[in-house]
Amino acid sequence: MGIIKASKLIFDYIRRDEDENIQEIDRAIDGLSVDIEKGSFVAILGHNGSGKSTLAKQINAILVPTEGTVWVSGMDTADESKIWEIRKRAGMVFQNPDNQIIGNIVEEDVGFGPENIGVPTDEIWKRVDESLEAVGMTAYRYKSPNKLSGGQKQRVAIAGVMAMRPECIVLDEPTAMLDPNGRKEVIRTVRELNRQEGITVLLITHYMEEAIRADRVIVMDDGKIVMDGTPREIFSRVEELKQYRLDVPQVTELAYELRKNGLDMPEGVLSPEEFVDALAELYGKRMAADRG
Amino acid sequence: MAIRAEHLTFVYNQGTALEQKALDDVSFEIPDGQFVGVIGHTGSGKSTLIQHLNGLIKPTSGKIYYNGEDIYGEGYSLKTLRSKVGLVFQYPEHQLFEVDVISDVCYGPRNLGLSPEEARQRAEEALRLVGMKEKYWQQSPFELSGGQKRRVAIAGVLAMNPDVLILDEPTAGLDPRGRDEILDEVKELHKKRGMTILLVSHSMEDMARYAQRLLVMNHGRKAFDGTPKEVFEHYKELESMGLAAPQVTYIAHALRERGLAVEEDITTVEEARDAILRLFGKE
Amino acid sequence: MIRDITIGQYYPVDSVLHRLDPRTKLFGTMAFIVSLFLADHILSYVVATVFLAVAIRMSRVPLSFMVRGLKAIVFLLLISVSFNLFLTDGEEIFHIWILRVTKEGVRMAGFMAVRLIYLVVGSSIMTLTTTPNQLTDGLEKSLGFLKKVKVPVHEIAMMMSIALRFIPILVEETDKIMKAQMARGADFESGGLIQKAKSMVPLLVPLFISAFRRATDLAMAMEARCYHGGEGRTKMKPLRYAPRDRVAYAAFAVYLAAMVGTRVLV
Repeated sequence: MGIIKASKLIFDYIRRDEDENIQEIDRAIDGLSVDIEKGSFVAILGHNGSGKSTLAKQINAILVPTEGTVWVSGMDTADESKIWEIRKRAGMVFQNPDNQIIGNIVEEDVGFGPENIGVPTDEIWKRVDESLEAVGMTAYRYKSPNKLSGGQKQRVAIAGVMAMRPECIVLDEPTAMLDPNGRKEVIRTVRELNRQEGITVLLITHYMEEAIRADRVIVMDDGKIVMDGTPREIFSRVEELKQYRLDVPQVTELAYELRKNGLDMPEGVLSPEEFVDALAELYGKRMAADRG
Repeated sequence: MAIRAEHLTFVYNQGTALEQKALDDVSFEIPDGQFVGVIGHTGSGKSTLIQHLNGLIKPTSGKIYYNGEDIYGEGYSLKTLRSKVGLVFQYPEHQLFEVDVISDVCYGPRNLGLSPEEARQRAEEALRLVGMKEKYWQQSPFELSGGQKRRVAIAGVLAMNPDVLILDEPTAGLDPRGRDEILDEVKELHKKRGMTILLVSHSMEDMARYAQRLLVMNHGRKAFDGTPKEVFEHYKELESMGLAAPQVTYIAHALRERGLAVEEDITTVEEARDAILRLFGKE
Repeated sequence: MIRDITIGQYYPVDSVLHRLDPRTKLFGTMAFIVSLFLADHILSYVVATVFLAVAIRMSRVPLSFMVRGLKAIVFLLLISVSFNLFLTDGEEIFHIWILRVTKEGVRMAGFMAVRLIYLVVGSSIMTLTTTPNQLTDGLEKSLGFLKKVKVPVHEIAMMMSIALRFIPILVEETDKIMKAQMARGADFESGGLIQKAKSMVPLLVPLFISAFRRATDLAMAMEARCYHGGEGRTKMKPLRYAPRDRVAYAAFAVYLAAMVGTRVLV
C-alpha cells in the first residue's frame, strides 16, 4: 500500500433546507480508487468541476468520505482520533495565496503550524529556518506577506507546510492565480522538495505544462479517474484529453498534428528539444531517401 | 483613431518615500476595430495603462484623446466615456452584486439613465452576445461557474453599448476549454460587431492566435508595438523582460538552426504544421 | 484613494523601546495616561513633558511621525478646548458677545489640550515601536488571568491578529470593486444622503461576499495546518522579560511617584 490510498471513494455534497431536509445531492467523487506511491510526483488534471479539488480535501481530512475509505500512511481519514496526525503527515497548499497566510510576518506564518502541534520553541525556530531555506525565502523572512508577489506567497505557504515535517504535500491549483513567472517559481520549488527531500507531491492543476515532468499523471472527469499513466502515455492521447476539456502543450499538439498528416513523429512528444531532434532525424532520412 | 495616448506618465504616491513611476512617457494610437493584445509581466504598468483609457486613473502628465476629444477637457463626461470604452476587470467577483443575472447586467445601462425597459432590452441582448442561455437569467450570479461569471461580467459592460472593450486577463483561473470559449466570444464581438478590443493576457499562445497587434509594456514604458509576428521576433529581449514567445516560435528557430528551412516568424501551431508539411512536400 | 489610509503604523527601526517587552510598553502607556489625569499643576506637566521627551528620543522615531497621529484628533481637540475656554466660571479676562473667557478657563483649556496631545503622542510611541503582532501577544499574555473567568483571550488575540493581516487586503479590494463598478457607470460621489447610501450597495455586496469567502478559506487553511484553539499550543516567540524591562518598570515607578508627589506636595 502506498502513502495515500483511496478505495471505492464516494463523496456527495449535500444541500439541506432550513428543516434539514435534503434538497440536493451533488456527487463530486464517484467510486474512485487510487494508490499513490511514496516519494512520487503525481499530477492530477481535470477541468473545473471534475472533482479534483474535492479529492485533495479528502487527503487532508478536511472532508471525509461519504462512502469508501481513504488511508494516509495507513491511517483511515474517517478516524477522528487520527485527524491531527493525518494533517501533520499530509500538508496542503491552496489556490488563493492570500487566504492561507495567517501570520503578519513571513517567519511567523511559517511557525504557525509547528506552534499548533506543540513543537517546543527552539525546535520551531530550527524548522522555520530550514523550511524557509528549502523554498528559497530566507531573504524575506521579516517581510509582511502583503509585500510579496503571488509566487512568493505560495512559497511561504509551502514553507509553512514543510515546517510540519510532512511526508506528502497536496497542492490544490497552487498556480491558478499566478502569472507565468510565479507559476514557474512554485513548480520549481515543489519539484526540488520532491527530488531532494523525497516529499510525495500531489499537484492538482489544469496547466498541462506543469504535468510534463511528473512521474504520473491522473486525469479526472465527473468524479472518476479516466486516464492514468506516465506523462508520455497521457499526452499521446490528444483527442481524448480535449474531450475532457483539457489541452496539450503546443509542442505535443504540433507533433500530433504532423502524425495525423502522415509524418512518422513519435507519440506523446513533451519537450521542444525532443521534437526538434525527432523532426531533424526524420528530415535527414527523408533527404537520404530522396537522394537514394 | 478611436484612442490616442500622448506622453502618458503616471506616478504613484507622488512626493512621498513610496513614489513610484508606473507609466513613463507612453504614446500610442489605436484605430477603430483593431484587436490589440497588451502584455507585460506583473508590475510592468499594463493594468495602470488600461485604467487610464476610460478615465479611472488620471495621468500625472500627458493626454488621452477619445475620437479626437481630450477626455480631461472641460465639460467632457467621464461617465459617457466609460460607457463607450468598456473595461472588464480580472475578477467577476469584484462586480457581481445583484440577486439575479439579468438585474446585474442592467446595472450599467441603468447608471446611464436608461429606463428599466430599455435597460432590460440591452441586458438581454448583451447576455445573448456572450452566449448566456436564458435559463440562467433569473439565477443568482454567485451560483454560476467561473466561466459563466466571466460571461455575466462581460455582458455587464457590453450592455452599456461600448465601442471599445478592454479585458484584463479574462481567462485567469479558467480551465483550457473555458479559456478558449471566452476568447472565442471576444473574437466574435470583434468580427461581427467591429468592436475595438484590448486584451491583457499572460498567454503568448493566445496572443499569437487572437491579436492583430501587440503592445508590450516593461517598467512602465512601451517596449514593443507591432504585429505578433514582429514582436515575437524579439523573443530574446522578451525573455529579459520576464516574458516569452509562444513555444512554436522557439521550435521554429531551433529547426532553422538544424538546417530545416521553415519560416522564422511562426507563432501558431497551424503555421508550424503547414510549414513543416511543406518542407516534407505535403501541402 | 482609499489605499492611502495606513493601519498598524509600526515604525521599523531598532531602539531600546522597540526591544522592550510589549507588556512593559502596555503597562507603561497605561501608567502614563493615568498620570496625565492626576496632573493639575504646572510642575506635573513639566515632569510629564520631560518623561515624554526622553521616551520620544529613545524610540528613534522622527517627531513628525508622532505628530501625524494628532491630525485625527484636531476636531476633538478644538471642541474640548473651546468648551473649557468658554464654559468655565471664574475671574473674567474679557468677553465677546455671550462668550466669557476666564482665567480659570484659559488654565483648564491649556491643561486639556496638553493632556489630549500627550495622550495621543504617548500611545503613538507604543504603537510605533511595537508590531501589531507583539501587541496582540502582549495583550494575550497580560490578560491571561481572564481565561479563568471563561474569557476566550487566545481567540480574541488570534482574531485581532488576523484582522490586522486582512485589513490592507480588504482595503485594496474595496478599491478594485469601486473601480469595477465605476467602469459600469457607478457614481459614488454625487447625490443626496439616501442616493449615496444606495450607491454603496454595489460596493458592499461584493466586498462582504469576498470577505466571507476569505474567512471560509482561511478557516480551512488553518485547520489544515492543525489549528485547534489555544490548547496545547506552543509559541515561536514566547514573551520573556529581559533586564531592560525591569529597568523600564523602575523608571515608570519613579515617574509615577514624581507625578503623585507634585500633586500631593505642591
